[in-house]
Amino acid sequence: MSEKSAGTVSAPQPDKKYPLPKLSAPKMPRGTLYRGNTGMWSWVLHRITGVAIFFFLLVHILDTALVRVSPEAYNAVINQYKTPIMGLGELGLVVAIGFHALNGLRIILIDFWSVGPRYHKLMFVVVILLWIVLLVGFTPRHLMHVFGG
Amino acid sequence: MTTVDVETPRSPRRAERSGRGINLEKWGWIYMRASGVVLVVLIFGHLFVNLVAGEGVKAIDFAFVAGKWADPFWVVWDTLLLWLALIHGANGMRTIVNDYASNELLRRIFKGALVVSTVVLLILGTLVIYTFDPCPDVSADQLELLPSFCGVGA
Ligand code: HEM
Repeated sequence: MSEKSAGTVSAPQPDKKYPLPKLSAPKMPRGTLYRGNTGMWSWVLHRITGVAIFFFLLVHILDTALVRVSPEAYNAVINQYKTPIMGLGELGLVVAIGFHALNGLRIILIDFWSVGPRYHKLMFVVVILLWIVLLVGFTPRHLMHVFGG
Repeated sequence: MTTVDVETPRSPRRAERSGRGINLEKWGWIYMRASGVVLVVLIFGHLFVNLVAGEGVKAIDFAFVAGKWADPFWVVWDTLLLWLALIHGANGMRTIVNDYASNELLRRIFKGALVVSTVVLLILGTLVIYTFDPCPDVSADQLELLPSFCGVGA
């Protein structure tokens, strides 16, 4: 609708005195912790690891409950945890819970520490580094237990 | 002709409140964080003692569990771990169901399943810890599976 009609107010037209502001579209929406980049990927990983740990916990409560059935039943099932395939599964579990725990602490610091939101990226780097340290410490020892004599 | 009430668009959604004005969603949010801090200690301690120390996973059997639960320290530790982790996980799963299950009926079914499985496992797990018998009656060929403090085991 280009024609002016009674009762409507048209927007001021840009001219020399009021030129259109020069804006470049940002690649990412600014001021959000949770869309794109580290914020989003840490959230995706946090969610996937949370679900995985939850389902493991359901199974783990049930297998532990076998101590009330008989020593034989409990040992038979728990011996499955000592096989190579389940040994790798335990490694996967520690990988998942290590990330979820460290990143969970990062979420808590973002929410409660006054400068948390400012350092959320730096803290993500710290989370990844601590995660690697944890796994470098755990992996050889666990693989030795599972595969070694 | 019937008239239809159309809500004012873009009116802020009021937080769902239970009867006495307790904001359950807020307490759930706080619970996720409070339990998370405690769970870091409980879980890393649990993983260290069961998977890293000594012979790791290879050492776990009935006698190992009996040895741990002979100490009230590990009874309390495991009880806290059970309750805090299961409720934390179930509440997290509730968030995820709310995010992805857009069908009202499906959402109810998922959340109902979460409540039922959580309550059943909390009761089961707690009973297992507190009715545990480290020296149960077993047939002669299983005596060696009992912890040594039963006086008959290996
Ligand atoms: C190791 C210590 C843990 C810490 C520090 C931790 C921390 C957190 C935090 C801060 C959240 C975010 C809650 C929110 O945004 O409102 C969360 C979500 C979640 N956690 Fe944990 N958690 C831990 C252990 C666990 C365990 C053992 C389970 C499983 C039984 C679990 C399952 C979940 C799930 C399913 C979610 C929801 C994820 C989502 O909404 O995207 N967490 N956790």
